[in-house]
Amino acid sequence: MAEPKRLREHWGTRLGVILAVMGSAVGLGNFLRFPGLAAKYEGGAFMIPYFIALLLLGLPLAWAEWAMGRYGGTRGYNSTPGIYRAIWKNKASPYFGVLGMIVPVVIYMYYVFIEAWCLAYAFFIATGKLDLGKTDKKPYEDFFSNFVGLSQDGFLLETGRLNTAVMFLIGCFALNFLLIYRGLRKGIEWFCRWAMPALILCAFIVLARVLTLGTPDPAKPELNVLNGLGFMWNPRTETQGFVESLLNGQMWLEATSQIFFSLSVGFGVIITYASYLKKDDDIALSALTSCAGNEFCEVSLGGMITIPAAFVFLGAAGTVGGTFGLGFMTLPMVFANMPLGQFVGTVFFSLLFLAAVTSSLSMLQPAIALLEEGLGLDRKSSVAMLGFVTLIGSLFIVYFSKDLLALDTFDFWVGTFGIFLLATFQVLLFGWVLGRQAGMDEIDRGAEIRVPRIVGFVIKYVSPVYLIGIFIFWFRQQIKDGAYFRAIAEQATARYSVIFIGIVLLFFLLLIHQSVKRWDRKDKAQTEVSP
Amino acid sequence: MTTGGWIVMLLSVGFVTGLFGWCIGKVLATPGAETHMHTQSDIVPPDQEA
Repeated sequence: MAEPKRLREHWGTRLGVILAVMGSAVGLGNFLRFPGLAAKYEGGAFMIPYFIALLLLGLPLAWAEWAMGRYGGTRGYNSTPGIYRAIWKNKASPYFGVLGMIVPVVIYMYYVFIEAWCLAYAFFIATGKLDLGKTDKKPYEDFFSNFVGLSQDGFLLETGRLNTAVMFLIGCFALNFLLIYRGLRKGIEWFCRWAMPALILCAFIVLARVLTLGTPDPAKPELNVLNGLGFMWNPRTETQGFVESLLNGQMWLEATSQIFFSLSVGFGVIITYASYLKKDDDIALSALTSCAGNEFCEVSLGGMITIPAAFVFLGAAGTVGGTFGLGFMTLPMVFANMPLGQFVGTVFFSLLFLAAVTSSLSMLQPAIALLEEGLGLDRKSSVAMLGFVTLIGSLFIVYFSKDLLALDTFDFWVGTFGIFLLATFQVLLFGWVLGRQAGMDEIDRGAEIRVPRIVGFVIKYVSPVYLIGIFIFWFRQQIKDGAYFRAIAEQATARYSVIFIGIVLLFFLLLIHQSVKRWDRKDKAQTEVSP
Repeated sequence: MTTGGWIVMLLSVGFVTGLFGWCIGKVLATPGAETHMHTQSDIVPPDQEA
């Protein structure tokens, strides 16, 4: 197999490495998804499945995924199907790589829409359109509902109106693909090396402001920052015991998936990027620092800002609404109540947009790698094909906007369940196929720190049992009260969304099948040349 | 804020801050980290232009 090209070296200083880590770490998940989930489930009790998932799954699997990616890369493969083929000499192995294709591609289809919301909100706050009052959340809810088309399907695509959300989506889509098509990702990454730490600095400023809010409304002394922190961190035991509150299978599944989503593990992205490393580049300290940086942004910043700020101004009612409610209804109101809020809000949403762009660009690379090495397409043809596929998906999401059901369905079946499945497969591949010893040797190669040997034991024995256990726990709960299964049965949009995901899955299975035939022909030709 | 809440918050924030701080210290103390360490954001696939 050809030796992979050596990376150009970008960093002049170790400070540059830390800035890059922070750039990788920060994202929408830290400030929007994590606080929303924590508020949705039992407050402080949520942190138990969260940290267990971090230590038993997130960190070990991050190391495993980096290792498997570099292992496949040194054997000439950069796509997930190819890497799996290099690790597991079984005819079926590349086909399991379909998960590594549909997870980033389908997530990209709705992620770019949310990215457009961030850009739009930065614009709206900057132009004063989002100063809708300081005490009533309804105008902000109505604004968001109107903006994204919550009221009915097809709202955003009604003829005769150039819809703002669609304009911003087209702009973001075009920006993403222009950058990828022109290969200018390095340019945007250079800019984001400074912009992302600026986002973290901005988050610190907002955090300081939130923690010094005290009691903004003397007429409501119970709405104070300490109670706001309590709402986020207190284990909620008003209606059930603490142990009972932990027996929620959906909470464990979503805590686990949040870890994977936030760390970009089980996404199909890290394994692809790791395949471009040299065989003696460090994995151990790089992966650990990246995960630690992400957790710092998520728990210490995201966890301390969004929910307490929402509570202080709006009470418990202000904390509901999930990810989107918090990010796009509550936060603008928080900024409206804050001195210099218009400036801080504009900067905050602008930088969130940039964080989203860097994430969305990286989601396209796994599929590009397959199209290039599996089908022999050049980069520009690969990008064009991928652009077409993802545009159809994004338009699907835009059309079926009522209650954001299509987006929510995609997010659950692919962004939660799909990631969970992919992570489970990768754990088994690393622990049982590559093998504990070979896997740990791969992590140790070039490592700047020695990863504890117990990590190999955890990946091989503990992680699979934990993942399968959560799955059974969750599945039994779904049999009794399966909201997502019921949605498929009862709601046409959910059915169409699942069918759409199925079509994308079939599409990539066909591509993988063609790729396998091509790889087999190449291997046979090489064997004949040098028996 | 209950006692349980304080414990959860301080342990959670303390753990992640401590871990990240340790990692930063390790990076700063590692000679050659600037060429040897990589994150997703600085890895450029070989087929992208300079």
